[in-house]
Amino acid sequence: MPSISKPTVIHPSLRRNELGLTVRDYEGSMSTLCAGCGHDSITAALVRAIWESALPPHMIAKVSGIGCSSKTPAYFVSGAHGFNAAHGRMPPIATGANAANRELTYIGISGDGDSLSIGLGHLCHAIRRNLKMVYVIENNGVYGLTKGQFSASADVGSKSKRKEPNRMAPIDPVALGLSLGATFIARSFSGDKEQLVPILKAAMTHRGFALVDVLSPCVTFNDHEGSTKSYMHVRNQARAATETDFIPEASEILATIGQNGAVNVTMHDGSMVSFKGVPPDYDPTDREKVFSFLQERQSKGEIVTGILYIDETVPDLHELSGTPNFALTKLPYEKLCPGAAALEELQEEYR
Amino acid sequence: MQEGQYLPQSIVDPDVTSPERKEIRINDFAFKLANVNGTGSASANGLLMQAIFRMGIPVSGKNLFPSNIQGLPTWYEIRVNKAGNTARALDYDLVVAMNGQTYERDVREVRAGGYLLYDSTWPLDPHLRREDIAILGVPLAAMCNENFREPRERVLMKNIAYAGALVAILHIDMDVVEELLDEKFAGKKALRESNRKALRLGLDYAKEYFAPLPFRLEKMDANRDKILIDGNTATALGCVYAGATVAAWYPITPSTSVMDAFKEFCDKYRQDPETGRNNCIILQAEDELAAIGMVIGASWNGARAFTSTSGPGISLMNELLGLAYYAEIPAVIMDIQRVGPSTGMPTRTQQGDLLECAYASHGDTKHILLFPANPAECFEFAVKSFDLAERFQTPVFMLSDLDIGMNDWVVPRLRWDDSYRPDRGRVVSAEELEQISQFLRYSNEDENHVAARTLPGVDSRAAYFTRGSGHTKTGAYTEIPEEYQEVVDRLARKHKAAAKFVPEPLIVKRPGAQIGVVTIGGCDLAVREALDGLARIGIEADFLRVRGFPFGESVEAFLRDHDVCFVVEQNRDAQLKVLLTNETGAVKEKLRSVLVYGGFPLSAKHVIEGIASQMGEWKNAVHQ
Ligand SMILES: Cc1ncc(C[n+]2csc(CCOP(=O)(O)OP(=O)(O)O)c2C)c(N)n1
Ligand code: SF4
Ligand SMILES: [Mg+2]
Repeated sequence: MPSISKPTVIHPSLRRNELGLTVRDYEGSMSTLCAGCGHDSITAALVRAIWESALPPHMIAKVSGIGCSSKTPAYFVSGAHGFNAAHGRMPPIATGANAANRELTYIGISGDGDSLSIGLGHLCHAIRRNLKMVYVIENNGVYGLTKGQFSASADVGSKSKRKEPNRMAPIDPVALGLSLGATFIARSFSGDKEQLVPILKAAMTHRGFALVDVLSPCVTFNDHEGSTKSYMHVRNQARAATETDFIPEASEILATIGQNGAVNVTMHDGSMVSFKGVPPDYDPTDREKVFSFLQERQSKGEIVTGILYIDETVPDLHELSGTPNFALTKLPYEKLCPGAAALEELQEEYR
Repeated sequence: MQEGQYLPQSIVDPDVTSPERKEIRINDFAFKLANVNGTGSASANGLLMQAIFRMGIPVSGKNLFPSNIQGLPTWYEIRVNKAGNTARALDYDLVVAMNGQTYERDVREVRAGGYLLYDSTWPLDPHLRREDIAILGVPLAAMCNENFREPRERVLMKNIAYAGALVAILHIDMDVVEELLDEKFAGKKALRESNRKALRLGLDYAKEYFAPLPFRLEKMDANRDKILIDGNTATALGCVYAGATVAAWYPITPSTSVMDAFKEFCDKYRQDPETGRNNCIILQAEDELAAIGMVIGASWNGARAFTSTSGPGISLMNELLGLAYYAEIPAVIMDIQRVGPSTGMPTRTQQGDLLECAYASHGDTKHILLFPANPAECFEFAVKSFDLAERFQTPVFMLSDLDIGMNDWVVPRLRWDDSYRPDRGRVVSAEELEQISQFLRYSNEDENHVAARTLPGVDSRAAYFTRGSGHTKTGAYTEIPEEYQEVVDRLARKHKAAAKFVPEPLIVKRPGAQIGVVTIGGCDLAVREALDGLARIGIEADFLRVRGFPFGESVEAFLRDHDVCFVVEQNRDAQLKVLLTNETGAVKEKLRSVLVYGGFPLSAKHVIEGIASQMGEWKNAVHQ
């Protein structure tokens, strides 16, 4: 992917976050995606969310697979290391990276082809391991980079550019996540930055695997009439099931929560997700209820968005593995090598 | 046992008194135990092997087992040889036939003048008799049925009972056996008692009815500084000593025991005494694609990470191996080879992954390979693999195999130098970054053509984007021919430079050598034994065992200096020969092959026959 560097003139009026950094400090190189591609809007939301969360750039690791979507880690936080892996193989790379250094914030960007076809198995297992990372699927219903074939997320009846309808049932990442026991599930729309930014911020504080499915229209191959992943269709059919506030310091707002029937979920790091508007009977911590709610709404053609499910009680891969609470890479070699005397002693067992 | 209770059903020993029989061979024979798998024979066979080891005698045990959990034939071969020639024998002085399914074949395998021991509870089929061998019947099932109640115990104890008989007729030191049983069943009194009883049943019976055999054991002192260990355990131990903290794997025979052992060692050595935390993480991946991905991700972040697998796993890893090669990320792969192609024969040994590993992945790729010959080298080379992977920022394969990995070998005690420090390669630290104006990932190569890397989490000025797509020497995306070539040409130079860092070949020169013999890995012992055999028939040969790829100058010189080299290896397609022809200046016509690839370990016989039969052909060719 060609990367064109941007001029680094900083407008004096740009606001600074807690680290004294401006939004520009979280940008990457210039995007080379098609003008109007949904993926670029997601990049912008990520820049905003990471800046607002005031993460030190070097403490972020960006990982992706292959596809137009997977190119985007080049377009945000150039001060973070990035790893553009192979098609569908980002979850294993992220798993190994996280295993070695749990201190970084892992932001994974994938596409619907990358995650729901070639890499589906890996996605499922990253969910099972509750790998602590933000996993964004930039979902456009097609393989953008290979020029518009249907992906596994294409809806039944959705038409290709050549007007051929897709006939096979889609794999819905949200339903998949729910059935596999994913511990943070959200859906949003690339065109709804207001909703997407707080979702991403909440996802970054989640204890484990945060699955964020973002509908992200492909203007070049899947934005026509008859497509269920077009801007028009998504805009018309998207319904925010939940409205959430992300509150970085839970203590600040303790006085107001619990009012208006709002559900509040304390995140692992002490921040809080406050569900303001929730449909009656909806409980974002009750998997079955969420599942039937989604089934019902989706059967009506609605695209349900928002933070849909959170469970902060499940340990992540490191907690399950009993590793130290710092990066394994920080262990000095002296702690890792048992030494000559131990080897001598051990070998008495091999006599 | 009451006297005369079990009369041997057949003792056919036509010439026990013949003069030839009277010549007693000490510590130089081979015997084979034919069993049904899943019946617990492994522990009896292991006991015999270990007892002989403790008697100080050079010994080897080869487990020839099926890909099955219960009910199929399995064999265990033990060879003792005072001179240390412990490669597979092929020729058995004694066969213990405990498996009806393979009786016929097992009887056939006894060499003329040898012995067969069988369970005489049931009569032996007269067709299966041989006039030229002695047949020893021991009513193993009958004795065990009478002395043990539980059906499972009866089956298990039959094995210990035949071990008891062997103790008697081979002169295995009973004190050593008792000591081993004490150690094995410490704290398990009932089991210890059953084992003792079963052992006695066989021993007493054999003592009563049979004379000791004309080949037997006598204590030696060859194993004082030796251990008995399998290659997979040694490999895992090497990974622990190398400081590996991340291991990712998907179960596959014959590599599984690498990770089993690694887990055990980590439980022992990597649990932090203060915090109780595990100073390592073992990831059982969803498949081998994931396993190598995890290794690459962890290595990218600066951990020492490895996977263990076998051929089918390497096939699956191919795509990401190319990524690691091209993006220059360390990775250590322990390939415990088995018989391919496809599922092949999963429990049989082969050296069939050489070419696959040397050139794994699409496009122009070349990797660093290490070839251990035994568990001691597995330990040493495992450590070396990590140093090379980090020094050269690239995947490194250690090619062990089922024979090395899963069989117990007598090897010199492993040594460790406490002054060892890992070679972490060129990694720019935060402090060093202060000194440089700009960090460019694939620039400023050193004398080995390696460019420095930075690790995530260190400094935002050192960040770069790792990609498997075309990149320039600064790490930026490119599709421009010159920029692309500049990087891949350096990778080729880098690979060449590694020749000086991989283990040197092992060379043994003999005066008056007419030919060279080149071999690899676990063929070592058989080939060396064959050199003596060849000398006896007038063929003197120099010996070279390659231990690493890329090949260095000493390999080149050896090939250059001999009119002909026989390349002995365990695969059909002469993969080592192909690699040598491809990657050295060797003239193709000067290389000839001896190939043994049926799945069982190599024997000196194969090598002697393979070379001797081609000598005339070669000489004719030379003199034409
Ligand atoms: C092993 C392999 N097979 C096929 C491809 C070709 N390929 C590149 S991107 C892509 C599909 C990408 O689709 P998606 O993940 O939805 O990303 P999008 O471009 O739509 O954002 C395919 C099939 C590849 N790079 N690697
Ligand atoms: S092809 Fe589609 S997905 Fe790819 S950049 Fe263009 S609009 Fe975006
Ligand atoms: Mg797509």
